[in-house]
Amino acid sequence: MNNRRKDQQLKAGDYLSEIHTLAQNPFTIMEVCGTHTVAIAKNAIRELLPASIRLISGPGCPVCVTDSSDIDRYLYLAAQPNVITATFGDMIRVPGTEKTLQVLRAEGADIRIVYSTQDALELARKNPDKEVVFLGIGFETTIPTVAVSLETAKHEGITNYSVLSMHKVVPPVLRLLAEDDALVVDAFLDPGHVCSIIGIEPLEFMAKDYGLPGVVTGFSALDILEAIVMLLRQRAEGRSKIEIQYDRVAKAEGNPHAKRFIERVFEPIDASWRGIGLIRQSGLGIREEYGAWDAARKFTLPIFESKETPGCRCGDVLKGLIYPIQCPLFGKRCTPMKPVGPCMVSSEGSCAAYHRYVLRSVN
Amino acid sequence: MERILLAHGSGGRLSHELIKTLFQKHLGNPYLDQMNDASLVPGQEQIAVTTDSFVVSPLFFSGGNIGKLAVCGTVNDLAVSGAIPKFLTLALILEEGLPMDELERIVVSVAETAAEAGVAIVCGDTKVVERGSADKIFINTTGIGYITDRLVGPGQIRPGDEILITGTIGDHGIAILSEREGLEFQTPVVSDCAPLNGLIDAFYLPGVKCMRDPTRGGVATTLNELAQQAGVSMLLVEEQLPLSLSVEGACEMLGLEPLYLANEGKVLVIVAPEVADEILLNMKAHPLGRNASRIGQVQEGKSGLVLLETPLGGKRIVGMLEGEHLPRIC
Repeated sequence: MNNRRKDQQLKAGDYLSEIHTLAQNPFTIMEVCGTHTVAIAKNAIRELLPASIRLISGPGCPVCVTDSSDIDRYLYLAAQPNVITATFGDMIRVPGTEKTLQVLRAEGADIRIVYSTQDALELARKNPDKEVVFLGIGFETTIPTVAVSLETAKHEGITNYSVLSMHKVVPPVLRLLAEDDALVVDAFLDPGHVCSIIGIEPLEFMAKDYGLPGVVTGFSALDILEAIVMLLRQRAEGRSKIEIQYDRVAKAEGNPHAKRFIERVFEPIDASWRGIGLIRQSGLGIREEYGAWDAARKFTLPIFESKETPGCRCGDVLKGLIYPIQCPLFGKRCTPMKPVGPCMVSSEGSCAAYHRYVLRSVN
Repeated sequence: MERILLAHGSGGRLSHELIKTLFQKHLGNPYLDQMNDASLVPGQEQIAVTTDSFVVSPLFFSGGNIGKLAVCGTVNDLAVSGAIPKFLTLALILEEGLPMDELERIVVSVAETAAEAGVAIVCGDTKVVERGSADKIFINTTGIGYITDRLVGPGQIRPGDEILITGTIGDHGIAILSEREGLEFQTPVVSDCAPLNGLIDAFYLPGVKCMRDPTRGGVATTLNELAQQAGVSMLLVEEQLPLSLSVEGACEMLGLEPLYLANEGKVLVIVAPEVADEILLNMKAHPLGRNASRIGQVQEGKSGLVLLETPLGGKRIVGMLEGEHLPRIC
């Protein structure tokens, strides 16, 4: 154990000295994925980097980019009698316009935290007289498992299971960022687990068309330092490519099997991203063939046009335009105990990561 | 299979039988055997009193069960306050239909753990509620301890003091979680649930400033409370945090932080720097303290701020547990 730690420290020292050598000029890197945001804050990586390197957080926490209207819609559904809502735990405290799932549960709604879609299916099997709705929130990483659950439900004829799909995919929002004149990013840490599904081909336009290199990165402190070195080397050598640091998990071609599952069950649709707005073809809706298991078709749900809280700058945080601590609500009206925007409530939200771990946010 | 019936809580014949054949059989002692509405116990002018209720699910887990937990939890609250635990009360709320053999296993555990901790169960109560009105069994224990000359509490903490822990962290939380979610690890995680008064007697020296058992909310939340109460800052060193390999692996896999996981057999001890080495040696000489470690230091600085130095040398905040982590872990 101690030897392993010593090795890691030596390696980290090597990466850091190369970073210090290569980072003579300012270089801004956006980490796309919320898990990276947390890993960077938790390991206090910013403190170790030279001032010329800026790490900013991108739109990669699925909870954070879920639109207020979608939140109010699933809260409406969760409050219906005879409905069991199955959800991953990180949704339980996300505030809608009036309530949260946690508050609804205390008021008597049947809301269960599940660890997988298989648990949700099991709930449906065990409660045949209830409607079990799984809240489908996530990127390409979790979408295949939701697709499998829908195929299983269809195959087994489980008619009381459905999914409310609020799923989103990563490439379109990256294109939007690349085309935004206000964006100041030079390079990207690309999401390791998303790319383990989709591969690197869907991201290559960033490097080719926009000159924005990326490295598919793992989630330990060493992975992140190595990826930063790889990006700096690309700059030094005048290259712009999508490379893979996280090669123990992510392969260039991704996971064709998982991709097929997604394609069979879902189709691209336009989707609203919180604070960013409508992005064409950036969401996934459930295909007609699985319409009977689509909660949006199965239940009559009103359309909500929920406004975001005035002053909340989640949108600018998600686009990397400001650091969380620059939001006027940060740490004052908006804290993890009383979150205003979802960037503060989700454990992977950049605001929560800053509030939880980063020293600068204290001072 | 024999099961608990509503009549077992009626106060009639079945209640009487249950008391005789189960509670008195396993827990009997001169105080309990008085069989009065209240037991008379020897006292002193000032006593320490604490109470705790136990609702853990599942009832049985690797390393313990709700009965053992109900004794340890209350004994430990007395012991870390500097008191000598002497007497416990035992109140049970049973759900109609609870298998009798499960109840007996729990009561036997209560008896064994009370004997290990050197406390007597001096009175008790049993209620039975209809099926569905409780989850199998809930337990409340109240503990009485004798005051010693151990002057401990957050008011004693000063910058420069050392922070020690008596062993690996997070074992109870992971043991419960893996039982509940059916996770299997190569080396199973065993709950650390244990009465700590013996360990505390073994390491205690004047110079111990404050003791707490980091149960719900874990080490992080307990240290935040202490730092706030004492108006000091604390710096932990991540590499010094004792972790079993299984807990480390489980946390990596599940995205949990060991600092927030519950412990049921560990003491956080804040000591004056000049006695830290000797106390650490005393801890390590006791079976429950073999993995004791010095994990950080009390510092001047922003009141209530707990920081952690990462292996790469950066510092980050360690905040309180927010919201629900795992319900019903004790």
